[in-house]
Amino acid sequence: MIHKFKFKELNIVMDINSGAIHIVSDMVYDILDFYPDEPKEAVISQLSNKYSPTSINDAFDEIEALKQNGMLFSDDDQITTEMLEGRGPVIKAMCLHVAHDCNMRCKYCFGDAGAFEGQRSLLSFETGKKAIDFLPTHSGTRHNLEIDFFGGEPLMNFDVVKQLVAYGREAEKAYGKNIRFTITTNGLLLDEEKRDFINANMENVILSIDGRPEVNDRMRRTPNDKGTYSLIIKNYLDFVKEREGTYYVRGTFTRDNLDFAEDVKHLADLGFRNISVEPVVTDPSLGYALREKDLPRIFEEYERLADLYLQYAMEGKPFEFFHFNVDLEQGPCVYKRIAGCGAGTEYVAVTPEGDIYPCHQFVGNPDFLLGNVWDDAFENKLFEDFNKAHIYNKEKCKSCWAKFYCSGGCHANAYNMNGTISVPYEMGCEMEKKRLECAIGIRAALA
Amino acid sequence: MKNIKTIAKPTLKNTASKGCGECQTSCQSACKTSCTVANQQCDNTRRR
Ligand code: SF4
Repeated sequence: MIHKFKFKELNIVMDINSGAIHIVSDMVYDILDFYPDEPKEAVISQLSNKYSPTSINDAFDEIEALKQNGMLFSDDDQITTEMLEGRGPVIKAMCLHVAHDCNMRCKYCFGDAGAFEGQRSLLSFETGKKAIDFLPTHSGTRHNLEIDFFGGEPLMNFDVVKQLVAYGREAEKAYGKNIRFTITTNGLLLDEEKRDFINANMENVILSIDGRPEVNDRMRRTPNDKGTYSLIIKNYLDFVKEREGTYYVRGTFTRDNLDFAEDVKHLADLGFRNISVEPVVTDPSLGYALREKDLPRIFEEYERLADLYLQYAMEGKPFEFFHFNVDLEQGPCVYKRIAGCGAGTEYVAVTPEGDIYPCHQFVGNPDFLLGNVWDDAFENKLFEDFNKAHIYNKEKCKSCWAKFYCSGGCHANAYNMNGTISVPYEMGCEMEKKRLECAIGIRAALA
Repeated sequence: MKNIKTIAKPTLKNTASKGCGECQTSCQSACKTSCTVANQQCDNTRRR
């Protein structure tokens, strides 16, 4: 399978199964409309008004050489059933909901303002310890484990976070594992003390902000309905100044800011270097939900964002945009690209009550409750369902050119939109494919 | 080649058959709502 597209003046051809990517001449680009279905003579006559037979002949030779070297129209023989489904039920990453409570009331929150369809609650140290112990004891031979402190707003329960990090360091020694801690925050309580602790202990930090003040404040509100931009921005700037490790400022765009490249620009101009802005996924009946008819506008905006990315890179003030980070030298291995996000297989979420779900987005849905960290006899009853929901089993993904980059999309989005984890969320697919074309186009432009 | 410039090698054919599973889970990295996997790093190459 190949996929070809234009990015600015460049013709790009991707060989899906091998991962090879080429920049090609207009002639090769045109020939690939017919190749390999039509014989050379037919192609020569089809394109005779544009190119000479000799040059088409030469181009054919080049195409065939690539094909012979496994860089065009290659097969996927390297992918085995063993690779697809032979994973054991090993859990190595946890989203730990330390607070089902929040000091903001963001309008688009999937966590129901922190409550996740339940009571407001904070994780106790005791249950947190159980959660931490759960991870190494279910991680088989994996050495690197991950715990993301999530919420609600995790800084509302920061003493427990600190205690759990200390406990985790002990657990690392006891179990011979390495735990990477990360945290996601809305920034309201991010003072100096928390900053120093986070900087010393967390491998990655996600700072939530939507971009321009008016955009942020439309959705990200305080409980008494005020905007939050002015309350968080200084905390973030101070934080980032001190930060040596990885961080991301992360926002959400909705139908109300389809010009979201402006938000990325705003964040980049403030000096943030790692930026992510994601499409809102919500009940389609809501006014700010993205609709299919917004797609052309969204595509245009991703192109604008790619221009901005390139412009800033050239001007010596580069920033990273999460979805444009595609490493063409050596991204993740095939195995990982097939395995997808890992929700429900190697990744779980744990609530303040100790309840275990396939990921943070399924929290509160009783059909997806997998167990509790206090119950020592845990068995992941949905392991097979999630393990089998991979790109070779989803009809749409199987024939999709983006499959080894996207890896099958978000299970929760699929479930919420289509009632099943095996049919991906169509709009998500369209946006994903556009982002990938931009990401690869950027690499091509910089090559 | 006159007509074709290759910018990414066929790396998906070379990667280890089973994967070591030590790299970061994608949802933990930045997004939490839409998971591109190809933008993750390989821990094996990072360590090398
Ligand atoms: S873009 Fe959609 S169809 Fe393609 S691999 Fe991703 S989820 Fe599957």
